[in-house]
Amino acid sequence: MNTSDTLVRLSKAGIYKDKKWLVRDVDLEINRGKIVTLIGPNGSGKTTTAKIALGLYKSISGNVERNTQNISYVPQKVSIDWTLPVRVIDFMVLTQNLKQDDISEALDLTGVKHLKRSNLRDLSGGEFQRVLLARAIAKKPDLLVLDEPVQGVDFTGEVALYSLIKEISEKLNCGILLISHDLHVVMSATDYVVCLNGHVCCCGAPKDVAQSKHYKELFGEKSAELLSIYEHNHDHVHSSDGNIIKEIK
Amino acid sequence: MLDDFLVRAIIAGIGIALVTGPLGCFVVWRRLSFFGDTLAHSALLGVLLSISLNINVSLTIFVVSSLVALILLRLEKSTNLAGDSLLGLISHSSLAIGLVILGFLSFIRFDVLGVLFGDILSVNTNDLLFIWIGGGLILAVLFYIWKPLFASTVNYELAEAEGMNPERVNAIFTILLAALIAISIKMIGVLLITGLLIIPTAMARNLSNNPKQMVVLSIIGGLLSVFIGLYASFEINTASGPSIVVVALILFILSLIRIGKKNYEK
Repeated sequence: MNTSDTLVRLSKAGIYKDKKWLVRDVDLEINRGKIVTLIGPNGSGKTTTAKIALGLYKSISGNVERNTQNISYVPQKVSIDWTLPVRVIDFMVLTQNLKQDDISEALDLTGVKHLKRSNLRDLSGGEFQRVLLARAIAKKPDLLVLDEPVQGVDFTGEVALYSLIKEISEKLNCGILLISHDLHVVMSATDYVVCLNGHVCCCGAPKDVAQSKHYKELFGEKSAELLSIYEHNHDHVHSSDGNIIKEIK
Repeated sequence: MLDDFLVRAIIAGIGIALVTGPLGCFVVWRRLSFFGDTLAHSALLGVLLSISLNINVSLTIFVVSSLVALILLRLEKSTNLAGDSLLGLISHSSLAIGLVILGFLSFIRFDVLGVLFGDILSVNTNDLLFIWIGGGLILAVLFYIWKPLFASTVNYELAEAEGMNPERVNAIFTILLAALIAISIKMIGVLLITGLLIIPTAMARNLSNNPKQMVVLSIIGGLLSVFIGLYASFEINTASGPSIVVVALILFILSLIRIGKKNYEK
């Protein structure tokens, strides 16, 4: 891997707060065109690690090196207060200036173009996630940080959005840091997996991680089997309209 | 023309309503109405300091309120007190200190009611200059920080992650709030300025579905309140500040009819 392609590098990064480590000694590298996925149980420090990578903490231990300013973030939870009237179209330009065409294109990609003039508070959970994702990709970022981007999205939509995320990383040649619980869907689209449980339990290519002892301890034998079954049965990826778009070797 | 106190009051009122509209929106969106109240209460301290030290009133209020705002931001981070307790502490302490100082200043004639509720008769051409230049500056700065301020209002971490500086724009915003209080105290008074900030904005919220519309409507609401309120104050001889706020309240109640209808249609 070329060093100049590295967008973010965490070295021994961690947060020590209220007399305990939220997460410690995380080594992580996000490169252009690659998807890094963080997995782990609840409270294992996935979101914290993502926020460290984004520079949202003032005092951390270890070191974070960020080589880009062009970052998009989809937080785990965004709540819009009733007092704030915001339409999708206003939300799209929250941190960026966009042309109308770019707004429509991004909303179209995530399948919510028809909601352009709707109020954010009137959207369902899944629709809102699609808008969040559209906003993040419309900016054409170098680094995309997605914290459970498809929560609440229906199953077909989930698969379509994951393949969209994969597509975006290739098209924009951007690095993606993904947090997800959908083990089998994620693994197929990920280049590198980091398994967290307060620290890095194991990391590597999806297949290697699935074989590792730590992974089995964390997620159980069943999930490892699930994963290998999945890998064996599927040697291609579908686009949202069902066409085969990519062979996986 | 500027010799007529009513004309002066109306010009002053227009200037203030133009600023309270957009600032009020952020106060409502960010749930800062109690914060605004606290700054306004500290203005009494500012007024008394300016009288005893014989320096410009608006300037003194601005300095005192800004200091209080910055102290608040600082304390919010370093204490475990809940935000509202902290605000109550500062708000009432500054009001009390102000009133104690007032007791010592018994030798000067001082219109307490005027400071608390506003007095149009006291608005002179100098004040007009302060209101319009100050107001213009406030709006210019607000326009400049609009995007990061709005983004951090919607989601603080998202704004920060995407390269904005929420902490800085928040601090700037509270100073703008202090500046608004400094230019509007004479007109509206310490106790009622928050009313002019949030009531027309609350009305605008009932009628709007996007942020810009809400800002425009709250400016219109503020202007109407000022016009009708001052007219009433002149005709039936009521205090200017309360009259303006009562008109704002009536407009708010009228806007509820519209929202009631909307819910019914659903």
